[in-house]
Amino acid sequence: MTLLSKMQSWLRPAQHEPNGFVPAGPAQDFGSHILREGEIDASHNVILYLEGVNVSFDGFKALNNLTLYINDGELRCIIGPNGAGKTTMMDVITGKTRPDSGQVYLGQTMDLTSMSEHEIASAGIGRKFQKPTVFPEHSVFENLELAMHTDKRVWASLTTRLSSEQRDRIDAVLTTIMLGEQRAQRAARLSHGQKQWLEIGMLLMQDPRILLVDEPIAGMTHQETERTAELLTSLAGERSVVVVEHDMEFVRSIARTVTVLHEGSVLAEGSMDEVQHNPRVIEVYLGE
Amino acid sequence: MTRQSLIMQLIRNDRGGQIFIGLLIAMLLLVSMSNLLLPADSVLHLSTYAVTLLGKYLCYALLAIALYLVWGYCGILILGHGAFFALGGYAMGMYLMRQIGERGVYGNAELPDFMVFLNWKELPWYWFGFEHAWFAAVMIVVVPGILAFVFGWLAFRSRVTGVYLSIITQALTYALMLAFFRNEMGFGGNNGLTDFKEILGFSLQADATRVGLFVASGIALLLGYLLSRYIVSSKFGRVIIAIRDAESRARFVGYKVESYKLWLFVVSAGLAGIAGALYVPQVGIINPSEFQPLNSIELAIWVAVGGRGTLYGAVAGALVVNFSKTFFTGFIPEAWLYGLGAIFIVVTLFMPKGLVGLWQRRAAPLKAAGAA
Repeated sequence: MTLLSKMQSWLRPAQHEPNGFVPAGPAQDFGSHILREGEIDASHNVILYLEGVNVSFDGFKALNNLTLYINDGELRCIIGPNGAGKTTMMDVITGKTRPDSGQVYLGQTMDLTSMSEHEIASAGIGRKFQKPTVFPEHSVFENLELAMHTDKRVWASLTTRLSSEQRDRIDAVLTTIMLGEQRAQRAARLSHGQKQWLEIGMLLMQDPRILLVDEPIAGMTHQETERTAELLTSLAGERSVVVVEHDMEFVRSIARTVTVLHEGSVLAEGSMDEVQHNPRVIEVYLGE
Repeated sequence: MTRQSLIMQLIRNDRGGQIFIGLLIAMLLLVSMSNLLLPADSVLHLSTYAVTLLGKYLCYALLAIALYLVWGYCGILILGHGAFFALGGYAMGMYLMRQIGERGVYGNAELPDFMVFLNWKELPWYWFGFEHAWFAAVMIVVVPGILAFVFGWLAFRSRVTGVYLSIITQALTYALMLAFFRNEMGFGGNNGLTDFKEILGFSLQADATRVGLFVASGIALLLGYLLSRYIVSSKFGRVIIAIRDAESRARFVGYKVESYKLWLFVVSAGLAGIAGALYVPQVGIINPSEFQPLNSIELAIWVAVGGRGTLYGAVAGALVVNFSKTFFTGFIPEAWLYGLGAIFIVVTLFMPKGLVGLWQRRAAPLKAAGAA
C-alpha cells in the first residue's frame, strides 16, 4: 500500500450503516474514528461489517449483495445449503478472495478488502478450515508455537527464542485441547478429531478477536463434539465466534443467533426457533 | 551465549551432521598434509591435480546445500541455481583478471586482454573496484543476492510456484548465458575470463595456493552447513517447512509467506555465489557455459541422489555424482549422460529418500535394537 493510500484510509470516515441497522451505544458521530495500528475499534458494538458484498466466479454469483454484521463477543452460527456462499464469505473476510464490490470492515476502521491474508490474521481474525489443516511435519507443540501471537516477521523468527511465558501459554492451550500427551508427536499422526482440536488450539494461540470456524465437529466422536460445544461457548464473550456448521443438533446446542444463507445472501436471521419456523427457511433448507 | 556453545547446539541433535563435519575436517587435514608434507614418490602422496579436483567437489557440495535449502525445506525447485554460481564465479574472475595487470599478452596494466583485443579504450564502469579483493568478496555475495532478490520479489509476490517457477528459473539462467556470450557485455564473450596469474598475491600455479583454495572451499562448506543448520533449526526454519507443507495455512496464521521465501532464496543465492567464487580459481576459467540450463538440472539431480531430507544428504549426493562423473568420463565419456539419467531414474524409483535414506534405513533397526 502506498503512503498516500494509507493516509487516505486513515482519513476515510467509517461506513454509514444501511437502513434498518441501529448501532448500539450512544455515539452516533460517524467519521470520528481513527485507525490506530493494530487496534480494533468496536465502539459501536459491531466488530465485523459486511455490506453489499458481491463475489462471482465465471458468472456464478457466490455472494449476492450479502450484508451481515457480527457483534463484539457474540457466538454466531451460520447455516445454509451447499453453495449458499458460507465458505466464500469466510474467504472474503480472511482476504483469500477479493469481493467484486461491497465493504468489509473489521471494527470501524480496518478495511479488510485492502489488506493481505497475513495482515488480516495479525489484525485479529483467526480461521479454522473445513478440512483440518495443520502443519503435518511439525510436532503438536511446534504447531502451536508457529500459530502463537507474536512478531511474525522474518528477522524476529530468525533470532528470537521461546520465552518461558510463551512456553506456559502453549502448555495451557495443550491442556485446553487435551493434547498434552501428544505434544511431541508429529501432527500428521493425529486422528481426525485430534487434528480438529489442534487447529482450534492454533486459533487460540493466535489470540484473535474473531474466530471463524468452518465445520468444527466433522469427524468427531460424540464426546469430542460435546467438548467442542463447551469450548466454543466459553470462548464467546471475550471474543466473537462465527461457526459454519451443517449439524443442526450441534448448532442448536450452541447457537444464540443463527444466520441462514441462501444463494449468496441472508435469508433469515434470529434465534434457532425463529429461524426454524420461518416459512422461507423451511422451504429452501430445513424442510427438505 | 558463547560462539562455541552455539555451534554445539546446532549439531547436538544432528548425528549425521556430526559425522559429516568430522569427516570433512579429517579430509581437509589429511589431504593437505599428504600433498604438502609427503614426498612426491610416496604412495600416500596426493597430486595437486587430485587436490584441486577435490576442491571442486567441495564447491559443488556447497552449491548443493544452497539448492537444498530452498528445495528441501521450502519445496521450491529452483532450476537456475547455476546462474548464481556462475555470477559468483564471474565476480571472482573479474578480480583475478585485474590481478593479472601488466603480465597479460598485451601488457596493458588497466585493461584485461580481451578488452584490448576488442579495441576498448577504458574499463567499463562495472569493472571498477574489482582490483580490490574486499570489493570482489562483497560482490561475490551481493550480485547473486540482488538478482535473487529482484527475481524472487517478482515471482513470489505474483505467487508463481511449482513447475512454473522451475521453468522461469531455467529461462533466467539461459537468458544470462546468452547475454554473457556477447562480447559487448564486457565479460570476455564466449571465451570468458581466464589466464589467471595469482590470487591475493599468491601464484595460482603453486601447490600451496592450490591446497589453500581446497582448504578454503572446505571451510566455506563447513560454514555454509552451519549457517544452513542455524536457519533451519530456528523458528524461521519451522515457518519455512510450514509454508512448504501448508502454505495457505501459514498465511492465515499470520506469516508473510513471500518475505520468508524471498529471504531464504537470497541467502541460498549468496551461498551459491560463494561456491562459484571458490570454484573459478581452482578450475582456472569462467565462461558463459557455466550458465547452461543443463548445469542447474544436474545440480538438482545431485541433491535428489543424495536424498531430500537432510543437508548432509545434499553434500553426499554432490560428491558421489561428481566422483562418478569424473570416473566414468575417464573411460566412456559418451555414455556419461545416459549413466546420469539412469542414476536419476533408479534413485527416483527405488530410493525415494536417496543415499541418505539407505543409510538411515540401515541405522534405524540398529537404533531400535539398542533401545530394546
